[in-house]
Amino acid sequence: MIERTPILDFLTHALLVLSFVALLMPMWIVFVAATHDFHTVNQVPMPLLPGGHFFENLAAAWERGNFGRVMVNSLVVALGITGGKIVIAALSAFSIVYFRYRLRMLMFWLIFITLMLPLEVRIVPTYAVAADALRPFQGMLDFAGFSVDLPEWNLLNSYSGLILPLIATATGTFLYRQFFLTVPDELTEAAKMDGAGPIRFFLEVLMPLSKTNMAALATIMFVWSWNQYLWPLLVVTDHQNYATATMQLQKIVPGPLFGEPPVWNVAMAANLIVMFPPVLVTILLQRWFVRGLIQTDK
Amino acid sequence: MAEIALRGVRKSYGKTEVVHGVDLDIAAGELVVILGPSGCGKSTLLRMVAGLETITSGEISIGGAIVNRLEPRRRGCAMVFQNYALYPHMTVAENIGYSLKIAGLSRAERRARVGKVAASLGLTEFLERKPGQLSGGQRQRVAMGRAMIREPRVFLYDEPLSNLDARLRVAMRVEIRKLHQRLATTTLFVTHDQVEAMTLADRIVVMNKGVVEQVGTPQDVYNRPESTYVAGFIGAPGLNLLHGIADSDQGVVTLRDGQRLAFDRARWPEIGHGPVIAGFRAEGVMLAAGGLTGRFDFAEELGAAQLIHATIAGETVIAHVAGATRLAGGEPVSFAVDPAQVQLFDASTGRRLAGENGAAQPAGLDIRDFAAV
Repeated sequence: MIERTPILDFLTHALLVLSFVALLMPMWIVFVAATHDFHTVNQVPMPLLPGGHFFENLAAAWERGNFGRVMVNSLVVALGITGGKIVIAALSAFSIVYFRYRLRMLMFWLIFITLMLPLEVRIVPTYAVAADALRPFQGMLDFAGFSVDLPEWNLLNSYSGLILPLIATATGTFLYRQFFLTVPDELTEAAKMDGAGPIRFFLEVLMPLSKTNMAALATIMFVWSWNQYLWPLLVVTDHQNYATATMQLQKIVPGPLFGEPPVWNVAMAANLIVMFPPVLVTILLQRWFVRGLIQTDK
Repeated sequence: MAEIALRGVRKSYGKTEVVHGVDLDIAAGELVVILGPSGCGKSTLLRMVAGLETITSGEISIGGAIVNRLEPRRRGCAMVFQNYALYPHMTVAENIGYSLKIAGLSRAERRARVGKVAASLGLTEFLERKPGQLSGGQRQRVAMGRAMIREPRVFLYDEPLSNLDARLRVAMRVEIRKLHQRLATTTLFVTHDQVEAMTLADRIVVMNKGVVEQVGTPQDVYNRPESTYVAGFIGAPGLNLLHGIADSDQGVVTLRDGQRLAFDRARWPEIGHGPVIAGFRAEGVMLAAGGLTGRFDFAEELGAAQLIHATIAGETVIAHVAGATRLAGGEPVSFAVDPAQVQLFDASTGRRLAGENGAAQPAGLDIRDFAAV
């Protein structure tokens, strides 16, 4: 039931405006801080109107954070993870929904349960695997009594090390599964009658139909992987070549421990730089994102 | 074009058997309609021919070769689905041409063939549209085009007209019939609508609970139903059925309330004394004093005629009567039944007894009446 009362209208709008301000205020402060010089930004209280040093600060931040290199790293990693997740999620959901094999439901539940295990929980074993990717197989061989020595395959300090361990996604699989379940059986049968095999059906019918789904997943996953902090920090020691943007940000933010000067203006400018790509992706894909999640068109 | 043969075809889901051994021969170029209520196994049977369902036991052969283990695409069948099952992301042209694309035909050849099929179905101006922008009838035609373009040996239709409104259904029925006359492809058509079956079919297969009740031409199943089930299912309304005791000496069936229904005993020579079910068409009944009396329930208006529903001896009888009648509910009514049109069924099995009845004609009309005009 929809009620129209002036008092309630006023209250809900007040709440809306307050939340909006509460959300935007920090962003505004970041922006304002990024536009002043070193002295102004350290005044108490800090001015709330923008100053004239924005591009200077951006340039300084870009320089100090080696962002020319680091942003590319982050982009490669984020795109790799996003693309990988979409492909893996679509394939695993395809297998679960369209094929009847033993242990199918077990597989589904195994994937589903990993939803509850975030990276932080399994970070030590994941690191161990990243340090030597063939180690689990070596263990299995040893256990089975084979004395075969597999070569060591080290993923540390590489793009594959940054990307591969983060690629599996229960959320994506689940999203795709729910979508595939809504595709009418007759469509599958029509494709069968037309002579399409499973791979053709997957590529030419299912994939085009799940475009909105894909966009939704891509938005979530791009932002998520761009913001990854703990894993890159752990797996990358060669900061010169493989540091990501979020790692680099931490170096620019003044740390009280080492008595560095509080150059908040440059730090905030760096913040804006790092924030830019995910915001751009969200803005570009958000229409699809909403459609993909509410899933009305088909 | 190919003939289809079914031999002892059965289908079970787990322990429930839904098709109990069907034997059927369909000649090349024939249009056969499988008719039955929902859940009778007719769609399952069709899908087994298509290869979309496995065959639990028995054999299906198309064009003389057993296809039990063949994949759908190797059986040479094309299918039209009830909800059309068009690919929503493809244009009409892509939908129709998809099987050719899979078969690896060149773009130019595909376009030529799609163009020809689309022209024959009146779809040329819609080729670049998506299915979502088409009306129900147009989608139906696209689905037919998609089936036609493969030049299949067999067409399979799975209740293709049920999602259309009444007028469109009649129009599409005519188009399907024309298409069949033009292409003469062997066609299996599944429906629950007996009018569709009567108007389309070369032969009708009436199914009930996973069993074939009768196979015959529309005239056959209408005039000589093999069982009370077929009798009740075919025709609008179905055959009137009254339980009673037959007396062949006098040629009457004594109903439960003692009224007597006359039949032509010359046509039913082997009837002795015993319980039977007597059947007659609503069209063979006239409102006339001195016939079977019962209670008038209500009348269905058809425009030129009425369907009079009445209760006689505790059973419902429907009469197809020309013109308008003004009867009030509960009033007594009297029906005269042409004895030549009465047919008899075994009371316990519901099977037809040995005998011939005259064909039904509209009440009060004779072919000579038309000749005089």
